[in-house]
Amino acid sequence: MSTVVIRIPTPLRSYTQGADEVRVDAVTVGDALAALGTLHDGVLARLLTPSGEPRQFVNFYLGSQNVRALNGLQTPVKDGDVVSIIPAVAGGTDHESQGPQAG
Amino acid sequence: MVTLQLPGSLRASLEQWAQAGYPDETCGLLIGQRNSAGRTIKRVTQAKNLNLERTRDRYLLDPQHFLAADNAAREHGMEVLGVWHSHPDHPARPSDTDREAAWPEWSYLILAVTRNGVQAIRSWRLNGNQQFDEEVIQS
Repeated sequence: MSTVVIRIPTPLRSYTQGADEVRVDAVTVGDALAALGTLHDGVLARLLTPSGEPRQFVNFYLGSQNVRALNGLQTPVKDGDVVSIIPAVAGGTDHESQGPQAG
Repeated sequence: MVTLQLPGSLRASLEQWAQAGYPDETCGLLIGQRNSAGRTIKRVTQAKNLNLERTRDRYLLDPQHFLAADNAAREHGMEVLGVWHSHPDHPARPSDTDREAAWPEWSYLILAVTRNGVQAIRSWRLNGNQQFDEEVIQS
């Protein structure tokens, strides 16, 4: 087991009682996320599909590398590693309509 | 309404980027601090649009840019508070595409830009019903 830090982006801090990072013990990136889910209810469903795959709108980085370019959630971690949860940021203009009315 | 503090110099940077990028969409991050009184933007970044097939009506912010900006923000006691992007020849109002991809807690600042420059800047945030509420922008 290695101790790693998971960096939590602002949109998910409601699940971590405002914490911007969480320290967990893990062997792989997937382990680390599972440990995060054990500590903080609800957050895992925002990150992974029911079958345990990363959701489309989330990226996981180990240090400066996207784990998709490594060994995915099976990528091993070592003491002191930083796992960053990076929300996908996307959008655009709809031509058919001008978008929803403001609430 | 919730307030978003956006200093005039940062607002000017966003306008310049949106205008320079026209007719393509441009995008980037809003970085700053928040407290019980509201949120203050202290830094803005311009990111690469990775959606190269639909540069005029879609944006996909480079996650590597996000990582670098997030790391730098944390070093200075700040956080990524939201996203800005331009709507070329369309209003500064979120589209269905924007809403489907939006995250809670973040501000989504939109600049309506035409060939004559930036026509409007408005900011939005998701409410509990997955709809956008408008924020007041203060300089």
